[in-house]
Order: sequence, then structure tokens, then C-alpha cells
Amino acid sequence: MVHGELWTAKELFVYPNEYIYWSVQIVMYPFMTGLVAGAFVLSSLYHVFGIKQLKDMARFALVFSFALLFAAPMPIVLHLQHPFRGINVFMTPHFTSAIAAFGIVFSAYGAIVASELWFLYRKHFVDIALPLKEKQDKTLFEWFRFIIFCTLTLGVYDVSEQSLKRDEKAIRVLAAVGIPVACFLHGYAGFIFGSVKANALWMTPLMPVIFIMSAIVSGIALCMLTYIITMEIRKFLASRKKTPYQMYQSREELKSAEINVIKMTARYLLFFLIFAISLELLDLIFRGYTAVKSWDVLRSVIYGRDFTDIFILQYLVGNLIPFILFLLPGLTIRRALLGVVLVIFGVFMMRWNVVIGGQAFSLTFAGYMHYHLPIIPHDWETFKEGLGGALAIFIMPFALFWVLIKIFPVFSFKESH
Amino acid sequence: MISRRDFIKKTVIGVAGASIPVAALELLTPRRLRAEKEDKSRVRWVFLVDTYKCVGCGMCVKACKLENEIPYDANVTRTWVERYVTTKDGKVHADTPKGARDGFITSKIDLGTDGSLDIRKEDIDKAFFVPKLCNQCENPPCVQVCPVGATYQAPDGVVLVDRSWCIGCGYCIMGCPYGVRFFHPVYHTAEKCNFCYHRINKGLQTACVQACPFGARRIGNIKDPRDPVAKIITTERVAILKEEYGTKPQVYYIGLDKEVK
Repeated sequence: MVHGELWTAKELFVYPNEYIYWSVQIVMYPFMTGLVAGAFVLSSLYHVFGIKQLKDMARFALVFSFALLFAAPMPIVLHLQHPFRGINVFMTPHFTSAIAAFGIVFSAYGAIVASELWFLYRKHFVDIALPLKEKQDKTLFEWFRFIIFCTLTLGVYDVSEQSLKRDEKAIRVLAAVGIPVACFLHGYAGFIFGSVKANALWMTPLMPVIFIMSAIVSGIALCMLTYIITMEIRKFLASRKKTPYQMYQSREELKSAEINVIKMTARYLLFFLIFAISLELLDLIFRGYTAVKSWDVLRSVIYGRDFTDIFILQYLVGNLIPFILFLLPGLTIRRALLGVVLVIFGVFMMRWNVVIGGQAFSLTFAGYMHYHLPIIPHDWETFKEGLGGALAIFIMPFALFWVLIKIFPVFSFKESH
Repeated sequence: MISRRDFIKKTVIGVAGASIPVAALELLTPRRLRAEKEDKSRVRWVFLVDTYKCVGCGMCVKACKLENEIPYDANVTRTWVERYVTTKDGKVHADTPKGARDGFITSKIDLGTDGSLDIRKEDIDKAFFVPKLCNQCENPPCVQVCPVGATYQAPDGVVLVDRSWCIGCGYCIMGCPYGVRFFHPVYHTAEKCNFCYHRINKGLQTACVQACPFGARRIGNIKDPRDPVAKIITTERVAILKEEYGTKPQVYYIGLDKEVK
């Protein structure tokens, strides 16, 4: 079976070699990198611009961004026909290609996030490692903990006031450098699509900017979602009085803190959402107005075949409804939760409509291709490029986050920095 | 006694010096120098398709699949033939069932999932066939977008794929406006027409040219003024496909219609 044939249905006149080669994993790729970039920008809002209300969220977003970072290249690995040759991109990067710099940009960004995290948590590492170091007859678990945290300190045990001040400065610089790099990382994902001149839907210089804006929207929304979920768990734990979780504040304290953070973050979400929607609409209007050769087939796809995906699921459910939900006065946690879930869904649909929508019509402009997402896998290929693979990628950062917060606690210490 | 600083300094210099590969110091023999200089300028492969002569028998597609070991029943092909039928109501119908591997054995137009369309003979204004293959563009977008350099343009203009280096990302497939690329069903790497590079370099014709009973397909060297194909391209009226993409395709057509996609 030819790659792509399984999930492609051809209608009218389509070239014989045309299939939907870029399937759901390529939808996941910009979706995940977008979340990474967005989460990082959110955390930087506090560190660089000193938006105090986001303090709680900032640390959270940074750790989450780090968790997402590991998941972001996975869709590409699952998509490649020769995943083990992926390393070739580092060995012989061909720089006229937009994908060639991926490794470099990505590693640079990863290094920035990792070092920012290190500065932010350095004191925490020392606080744990030092008492363990002095402790005699450590248990196996303590040994394990000691080795991890001792390594994480990188041999720096200086936690004097002065050095912590320097840390803060370093964090600010890294966060500031990180914003353009995060935008570049994602704008560049947009460039991968926007520069394909063969694809009438993708080719627009607005693509990188649209990608950045929607990335920030999705990143903020995902941080809010995860934040709400973890806060709910904490509230639940706090209400069980007999638990050993004394470090948690009371239930009421948590609740008021939560809604404050959510309200503040929602404001930034709306701000970027407006940008994203304006740009997308501008693109659409411009295409209709200029009506070049490809417009006939694009129009039939946008207003006909993909109408539900684009206008109902993306714009109405994913943009307009959450927009109204957030604008209505008296925001509650429950409404915010619904709003952010819809926003994340909306951004996913936007990626879907770009990637799959861009392949919904033939290069002949006289035929169409329909994508049937493989749901029940019957071999490795239908799993990795099907619903299962996409879900696995989506769950991965949450699992990683759960592991990471054991090392980088996002809530536990009542106040340090 | 060497100081620590000096020791490190000297080690760095030593390692850096040793890491210059010996290959970088390779000597160029005069013979190779001449070959590299001359080959670049002496040959530029081009293709000429005379659509008036094509009858849509599909022999070229068959020959190509067998010659280049593209699995016979796989629904991908390095070359194919399209049929265009313009009816009296001004509508254009086009199809290429199985890339026309078996020729056009029925007058019904293949509409994919929409079934087929039978057009009455008296409704037809004009109908013709157009063979397609890789255009070996002068400015190939597929080469531009390959992240690892696994696809490249030979000095004689033919775009080739290195099956041992292709990572299978599919970016080149997306980048080609002509839809000539696909994943090889066996090797799972990008695959395309290469003008039967193994044949033309031995002075043979491509498989499709050899198989065409009507002389609709011809290959030539545009840089050779005595080449009959080059003569036609330079002195007669020929057209190319999808000029607007700026790819500078090197497959030239005689009798191309405005409806050809």
C-alpha cells in the first residue's frame, strides 16, 4: 500500500501521486510547538515585564513549557518514514530548507528554558541537597534524591542574598531573550507551511505571524487549563483535613488565589485571541478580494467542503463562544474552564484546517482529497498516524509535567522568590 | 614546566588542527578538473512532448514502472498520461485512471469517489492526451526544501534522490507543484522520475521514450545545437507547465492547451 492511500479519498481530477501525505501528526507538530512557545511567553510576561499578578502562573508555565518541549518534536519523529534517519538533519543540514534549522532553533530554545529553570530552582536544589549531604546513613530513596539534586545544583551551593539577586537578573535576561526565540521557533513552524509555493492555501507571508499569535493563545489556554486542574486537586486535598499536606493553604485561600490568577491570565488570552482572529480574517478577506487562479478551488473548500471545520468548529466553537464566555462579567472557574478547553480546541482546529485543509484540494485545482483519520489501528502506521498516535502525543506533556513537578515544585513552597 | 593554561591552550590547538579532515586537502588532478568544468556546461537534459502524437495507450507508463521498479499495482507512478475532454457546454473533464498504466480503455471519465461520467460523442468539442513526468526544473522547489540534502540537482539538470539519506519527511512532495513525487512503497523514501538517469548516461533513451510507439516523447540535450530536440525547442513554439511557480520546468510541450492542469 502506498503511504497516504489508506486515509485519502480522491474526488474528480487528482494527479495520480497525490495523497494526504501530511496527516494528523503534522497537525500535532505546530499545535505542540505552539503550546511550548505560548507557555513560555506567558511565563516571561512576569519575569520580563514584571506583571505581578502572573507570578503564580509564571513558574507554573515555565515548568509546563519545559514538559511540552520534549513532546514537541515527537510528532515529527512519528511522521517520518525513516525516523532513525532524523539525525541526518543535524549531520547534513541543508539550509535552504525551512526544516533544516529546526534542530538548531529547537536546541537553542531548549537550552534557554533549561537554564532559566535552573536559575529559578537553584535555591530549591541547594535546600534539598545540603541537608541530605550532611545526613548520615541515608536510605536508598534518600541516596537517589541526593544524587539527583546534588547533580542539579551543578556544584554551586552559594545561596547568599547577593547570588540570588544575580540569579534573578539572569532569569530576566533569559526570559527576555527567550521571547523572540520562542516566537521564532513557532513563527518558523509557520514559515515551513507559508513558504510552500505549491500549496495555494498555505502560501502567505502572514502564516508565521498567524501561527505565533494562535500559539500564544493556545499556550496561555493550556496553562490555564492545567493550572485550574492542579488547583482543583489541591483544593480537594486541602479539604481533607487529615492528610499530611499541611503545606497547603486553606481551601478558601486557594479559591480566591485561583480566580485572581485566572482572571488576570484570561485578559492576556483575549488580547492575543483578538490578534489571531484579525490576522486570520485578514488572510481570508484578502484571498477572496484578490481572487487569484486558486481562489475558485479554495472557495469551494473553505465555504463548502470544510465549512463545518472552519466556520462552525474553529471560528464559532473555538473562538467566538470562548470570547463571549471570557468577556461576560463575573468570570467563574467553571466558565473559565469551559472557555479554555474551547480555545485549545479552536487552535487545534485551526492547525487542522491549515494542514489537512491545505491538502483537501488537488494541485490540479480540479479535484479534491478527503482525509479519513484512522481511528482503530490495524498496524503500526495507522496507529502512529492515527487517533492513537495523536492522543499519545497530547498526553505526553501532562505525564512529563507530573514527573517534572517532583523536581521543580510549582506550588509547594509557600513563598521563596 | 608547562603551566596548566598552556597545556590546555596547546591541546585545543592540537585537537583543532588534527580535526581538519585529510579529505579537505585533496589534490585535484587536471583530468578531473577538466571533467568537472566541462560536464557542467556540455549537457542539460530536456524533454519534449508532442501532445498531438499521444493516443493515451499507456505504454510509457508501463515501461517506466517496469524499468524503474515501481511496484506495478501500487497507485503511484513516475510518469502518467492525462486525458482532457472539453464538452459543448464549455466544461472540462479530465482524468488519469491508474496513471493510464493500462491506457484509456473506456470512454467514461473517472471521477474518483464520484464514480464515472459517460460523455456522448456528439457532446465533445475537443479531446486530447497529455503525458506528464518530472520537469527537472532549473529552479527545483523540491531540492530547495529538502532538509538533509538527500535530493539534489546533477550538473546536467536532472534532479535525483539519494535513497540512503532521505528521511521521508515528505516536504519535497508538498513542495512540488506538479505532483510528480511520492513515497516509494518499498523503500519508503521520496521517489520521482529521473529521466532514467541510469540509461541516458549510457547513451540510451529513457524507458518511456523507447516504449512510445508514436514518438510523442523525446529526450535531448538543450546545449547541443545539433540535437533535434534542442532544435525544435529553440526554433518552434513550445510551452511549459505552470510557469507561474517560477520553477523553470525543462519539459517542453507541443500543442499544450490552456485547460491543461
